[in-house]
Amino acid sequence: MSRKSKRNEQPQPAAPATPARGGVSRTAVFATAVVALLAAFAVGAVAYRSHQSEAARQVAAKSASLLASTHAPLLGKAEAKVHIVEFLDPACETCAVMYPHVKKLMADNPGRIKLSVRHVPFHQGSEHVVRVLEAARAQDKYWETLEALFATQDQWTVNHRVYPERIWALLGGVGMDLERVRREMNAADIAARMEKDMADATALKVEKTPEYFVNGRPMPRFGLEELQGLVRDELKLAYR
Amino acid sequence: MTIADDGPAGGGHTELAWFLVFACWLLATVSALGALFFSEVMELPPCTLCWYQRIFMFPLVILLPLGLFPFDPRVVRYALPLAAIGWAISVFQVLLVWGVIPESIQPCTKGVPCSEVQIEWLGFVNIPFLSFLAFTTMVALLVAAHYRSKP
Repeated sequence: MSRKSKRNEQPQPAAPATPARGGVSRTAVFATAVVALLAAFAVGAVAYRSHQSEAARQVAAKSASLLASTHAPLLGKAEAKVHIVEFLDPACETCAVMYPHVKKLMADNPGRIKLSVRHVPFHQGSEHVVRVLEAARAQDKYWETLEALFATQDQWTVNHRVYPERIWALLGGVGMDLERVRREMNAADIAARMEKDMADATALKVEKTPEYFVNGRPMPRFGLEELQGLVRDELKLAYR
Repeated sequence: MTIADDGPAGGGHTELAWFLVFACWLLATVSALGALFFSEVMELPPCTLCWYQRIFMFPLVILLPLGLFPFDPRVVRYALPLAAIGWAISVFQVLLVWGVIPESIQPCTKGVPCSEVQIEWLGFVNIPFLSFLAFTTMVALLVAAHYRSKP
């Protein structure tokens, strides 16, 4: 028995395939809904994607100028094709923990990675320490000072409280003229560089330290593995 | 506008029941496509609880139309348990997001924490809340369809 003849045995009238009794067929309503929903999804997806790629282009273009800082201390060869820009606070514990890992990435890929440091003294009292770091650059002792500060961090930062006066006794091993640092640390050019760092950090929405940008790309979320992955990707792109 | 009947079981008293089940399907499909939009287009990683809610939402998209053509009121019997379990999971997650249930008994700490709010509109509408609204409405529609379809 075919379904059609079986249906005809029912007391109800046969199903109309086209609109009947002034109404719309249920099948038509359902089919319209299916088509409308799938179309809405497809249009939404295309619109969202194009909006996202446009926004990403704008952010990348904007961040490129903010990250291409000539005033920041630079470690590594200038011609290295992978540029890590690190926003750090010398009083930040995670920055001290991450720093050796960044150095190791650079040591593992000699000549291919350069590192710029931008200062964001989010801890109270930390600006004083950043001034010392900036003044150390005049004596070419920036990286030694940064490493000495990280190594002794637990002695001058206790529970996120900075005791800036304690750092002087801890910087003896760096081998720079500390009196000269004291004289020069309040210079106007240092203040200007610090302001630029903070302004760029605000524009790039750097709210936590450390924050890394690898060739302009931020980490998808914070983590050592994410940083290593980002550096690996950029190395592959630059040196394939 | 009235909706004409395609099936053999049609009649005045099932007209509304059909429409209620249809509305439930519409909501399930909008929710499923919305969930896919969040994860596949916006690339927000779904947390574990979201996956469990999807497990109880996605089948309704297929199951409900099978009960609509021709209209079979017993589809409520098969759809309601899915919607009810999904609803219970969505309640759990909303309580987690609101902090009523502490983090410690949160079942998913790896990947995306289920208490993390990735999207927020108007200050309180987030994805778990949308899921809760959808499941609540679907359960209500199915229960209403059940009583409406009784002759």
